[in-house]
Amino acid sequence: MESQSLTGGFSDPPVMSARAFRAALEAMARPGTIQRIEGAEAPAPLSPAAATLILTLCDGGTPLYLTPGYDSAEIRAWVTFHTGAPLVARDAARFAVGPWAALAPLADYAAGTADYPDRSATLIVECDALRSDGARLTGPGIRDAAHLALPEIAAFQANAARYPLGLDFFFTAGTQLAALPRTTQVEAG
Amino acid sequence: MTDDLREYNFAYLDEETKRMIRRALLKALAIPGYQVPFASREMPMPYGWGTGGVQVTAACLVPEDRLKVIDQGADDTTNAVSIRSFFARTAGVATTERAAEATLIQTRHRIPETPLREGQILVYQVPIPEPLRFLEPRETETRRMHALEDYGLMHVKLYEDIARHGAISTAYAYPVKVAGRYVMDPSPIPKFDNPKLESAAIQLFGAGREQRIYAVPPYTQVVSLDFEDHPFEASKPDHPCALCGATDSYLDEVITDDAGARMFVCSDTDYCATRQAGGAA
Repeated sequence: MESQSLTGGFSDPPVMSARAFRAALEAMARPGTIQRIEGAEAPAPLSPAAATLILTLCDGGTPLYLTPGYDSAEIRAWVTFHTGAPLVARDAARFAVGPWAALAPLADYAAGTADYPDRSATLIVECDALRSDGARLTGPGIRDAAHLALPEIAAFQANAARYPLGLDFFFTAGTQLAALPRTTQVEAG
Repeated sequence: MTDDLREYNFAYLDEETKRMIRRALLKALAIPGYQVPFASREMPMPYGWGTGGVQVTAACLVPEDRLKVIDQGADDTTNAVSIRSFFARTAGVATTERAAEATLIQTRHRIPETPLREGQILVYQVPIPEPLRFLEPRETETRRMHALEDYGLMHVKLYEDIARHGAISTAYAYPVKVAGRYVMDPSPIPKFDNPKLESAAIQLFGAGREQRIYAVPPYTQVVSLDFEDHPFEASKPDHPCALCGATDSYLDEVITDDAGARMFVCSDTDYCATRQAGGAA
């Protein structure tokens, strides 16, 4: 266990985190597109995509919530060693990672304030696979419409309705990455 | 000097700073036009020389990038040359003066004439990010005005332009509303460039001294504020370029002698040179 928590980081952090961030930037700028992101290997069940995202964005200043199923001694040790991110409850988290069902209820996460809507949580939703079908997405970053298989529709519609407050989502599976900012309008596909 | 700089981290900034900027950039994309505060660092150049843009560029660059830097449309001014060589040294990226070949373009006060495409990022250097700042100096008040979507004061300002001058005289840093919500300063680009803010590229704005980052995602609605009876007009000098003959590009007025002789030439040097090479004149 101990050796596992010390391995799996970036072999060349400045360059690997730069490439990973560009994938995350493209994903957030173009909701629904599926990007490739890799470089980190964390203890199961944390996917390489989610692990890479955590190494790229999290550090001592970003409290992280691990959902049930992800809140294991192995993942805690890995995250703590590689990022130093404080592990906290939902309401104190800037980032959260886990499967959709375990991330709920969404109302517990910080959605920002009217003065500072950026002070909101980013949720990393672990999925089995990402597919460009299903829900129809429109809004900033999307020319006409995009499609992405989402775990549900209503929660994302409710989130978008709170704009400019709201949560922002990354979806991860294997080395795949997609994103859904609060601006995206979601309809059943 | 060169050897010393090789000892710096990739793209100059330390990793913790880059993570902080990257988190701000993602939130900026999620809330188009909203100014995200960030902990701007001191850079090896003075404020006003593009420290905000440089920090955003540093946080975005990957080794595979091809970087273009322009200052008022020109690739060969001091500011542009310095920033381009700074990243060629500290990030080892390739550079270009061709807008079509660049993957990341840092700009001071212009949008290239060549339409940008997907896969490109445009980074703006921003002096005053707050569009309401000259109308309301208090940050607490302007923040509240953005929260309440209270933009009446900006329309009063544009109306006063019309009352005094018969037309909206604001010629640069012309305010826009992004995605139907936030009023944003597009940086001091000429209003001729405002229609190009609706782009296929990712547009990121960095204000170093004022410590703000904001963004416009691709294909995002950007509306220049106006009135029904005084619609927005993307104006430019009514001349063709004296060098390439272009009638569709933004022009600089150049004084050529002490007797008042002048010529109008493209502000976008790459656009002008490409047209001249193609025999367009």
